Amino acid sequence: MVAPLLQIAPLLQSPLEVKLGNPWANIAIFAVFVVVTLTIVIRVSQGGRKKASDFYTGGAQFDGRQNGLAIAGDYLSAASFLGIVGAIALSGYDGLLYSIGFLVAWLVALLLVAEPLRNTGKYTMADVLSFRMRQRPVRMAAATSTLAVSFFYLLAQMAGAGALVSLLLGVKSSLMQDLVIVIVGALMIAYVLIGGMKGTTWVQMIKAILLVLGAGIMTLWVLAKVGFNLSSLFGNANTAAQEAKAGTDLMRPMGKYGSNKLGFISLSIALVLGTAGLPHVLMRFYTVPTAKEARRSVSWAIGLIGAFYLFTFVLGYGAAWLVGAPTINTLPGKANAAAPALAYWLPGQGIGGTIFLAVIAGVAFATILAVVAGLAITASASFAHDIYNAVMKDGKADPAQEVKIARMTVIVIGILAIVGGIAAKSQNIAFLVSLAFAVAASANLPSILYSLYWKRFNTQGSVWSIYGGLISAIGLIIFSPAVSGAPTAMFPNANFDWFPLDNPALVSVPVGFLLGWLGTVLSKETPDLDKAAEMEVRSMTGAGAEGAIAH
Amino acid sequence: MSTPEPHEFGTPGSPGSTSQTTGAAAFREVQDSAEFAELRSRFRRFAFPLGAAFLIWYFAYVLLSTYAVDFMTTRVIGNITIGVILGLLQFVTTFGITWLYIRHANKNLDPIAAKVRDDLEGRI
Repeated sequence: MVAPLLQIAPLLQSPLEVKLGNPWANIAIFAVFVVVTLTIVIRVSQGGRKKASDFYTGGAQFDGRQNGLAIAGDYLSAASFLGIVGAIALSGYDGLLYSIGFLVAWLVALLLVAEPLRNTGKYTMADVLSFRMRQRPVRMAAATSTLAVSFFYLLAQMAGAGALVSLLLGVKSSLMQDLVIVIVGALMIAYVLIGGMKGTTWVQMIKAILLVLGAGIMTLWVLAKVGFNLSSLFGNANTAAQEAKAGTDLMRPMGKYGSNKLGFISLSIALVLGTAGLPHVLMRFYTVPTAKEARRSVSWAIGLIGAFYLFTFVLGYGAAWLVGAPTINTLPGKANAAAPALAYWLPGQGIGGTIFLAVIAGVAFATILAVVAGLAITASASFAHDIYNAVMKDGKADPAQEVKIARMTVIVIGILAIVGGIAAKSQNIAFLVSLAFAVAASANLPSILYSLYWKRFNTQGSVWSIYGGLISAIGLIIFSPAVSGAPTAMFPNANFDWFPLDNPALVSVPVGFLLGWLGTVLSKETPDLDKAAEMEVRSMTGAGAEGAIAH
Repeated sequence: MSTPEPHEFGTPGSPGSTSQTTGAAAFREVQDSAEFAELRSRFRRFAFPLGAAFLIWYFAYVLLSTYAVDFMTTRVIGNITIGVILGLLQFVTTFGITWLYIRHANKNLDPIAAKVRDDLEGRI
């Protein structure tokens, strides 16, 4: 048995709880990562962070491979790494469904969105949506949904940071979790203010390499233990699971979602259609100079993200076999602890396990930092470029002033994220992430696709689609079992859960598409055919796009 | 909005010629050209069916996993089930479609796009 080898923390914890590795080793590796990345951010950003194009898009100077790495760094959040491995370890097959949805979604971005977006826009999603529409209403709507999606995603990451620390440092104290959330928020502000998009991109690239490499090494290690025989890995995992609970089959679908099948289908829609509507993902396409590089970015990202999700599959079954569900359930963080616990178990615990765990823990922290920095820059760009410049100043704001506003917004967003993160730290992280995906799929994707591919689409259609998708997604969430009624809900004691699915996409995505069509056909607006021609020619050929960058 | 310049050297609908239209008129002219129509149709004929195909294949897999649980749990090779094989095939098709699209875009789209773009150079 493994119990004697675990360090039982005498303080701060109930006797049943165990602690992984050595908290000081985890903190040390984390500190090294922060110092190294901050140094790099300061070095790469010297001299160039005053101009709008530098701050928002790093001057569009990255190549496809670099941007592909950064996209992977932006996209592979702690929820992917810890959440999916944990879901597979405890419920088997269903975790695979998550991984596949997150990956397949990139084909929407590759085939339909990345290149025309790069060719038509400059800094934000609203650049594309408002291109041939009346600027103010569309920019306001696009900025509102950008801020909503970014904020939900940010909350999820901040709450994740708090959960991660209780897991890795073995601290249950609420004050320590709050402190870590404050540190993460402060580092996020620092990365973005010092480095702008250039610095942020470098942090994301480093993190992507560390995460994919770390997960890759763990995967090879697990596979080596079963002689690279996938069937034996599944067999061993299932034997371990059945010892713990007779009749369990980790290969059987619906172990986790069986009680809410429609809810699961709804989640699948949000995952596959949400990615190409996530504003922080869209903004990454502006950091490369041409559509061809945007295409290369996505192909690199698909390769890296695909490899990573294949790894999570092996890691999940590996954790089910080597660590085992009963042990995982006694760790603080439960399912989220499966991946770090596997890192501790693989080298046979002891010193080797302590060091390997500390490295993987450092990578997990790095993951959160890179993702929140990307979100902060997207939200601040949207506020300064779309709301301040286009809506408040009628598009005539001084660019230097606009960047100043963007930088101030970063601080405000950082503070909001810290306060929100502390408030949301006990919330289910996966729920917050799926909410962000559902809003992106319902409010953003319909109007992006319509503006790029439907000539008749107009201002009213765009505004109805964005607000309709946004309001229906958030509204349905409020009345779902995720917020009230269920024991795992935000308010378990209240009961206003008349909408049965815990993800709204099944209804809210069609609402977004339908309202976009209805708003368009009911509008008397005469379409601006010149602008429409310019947009279509630009989106397909990139003519004039370089001019937009050099602006 | 700029008024269309008279174009003595080129006819509308052939941006391959040395048309002198500028600004909005140039975009309108390109949009109506046979060359641009070809580019658009090459892109759409490839991306739209492929997009529909992968979405259908993905949702078929999701629905099978949700409602055909026994079928997906059928063991085929050792402990490897039909569900796992179809799941891994989702990865394979995603990589495959990416490769196909990149090849198509490099070979069939980029040359026309570059030609149209060069043609518009200095006119917009």
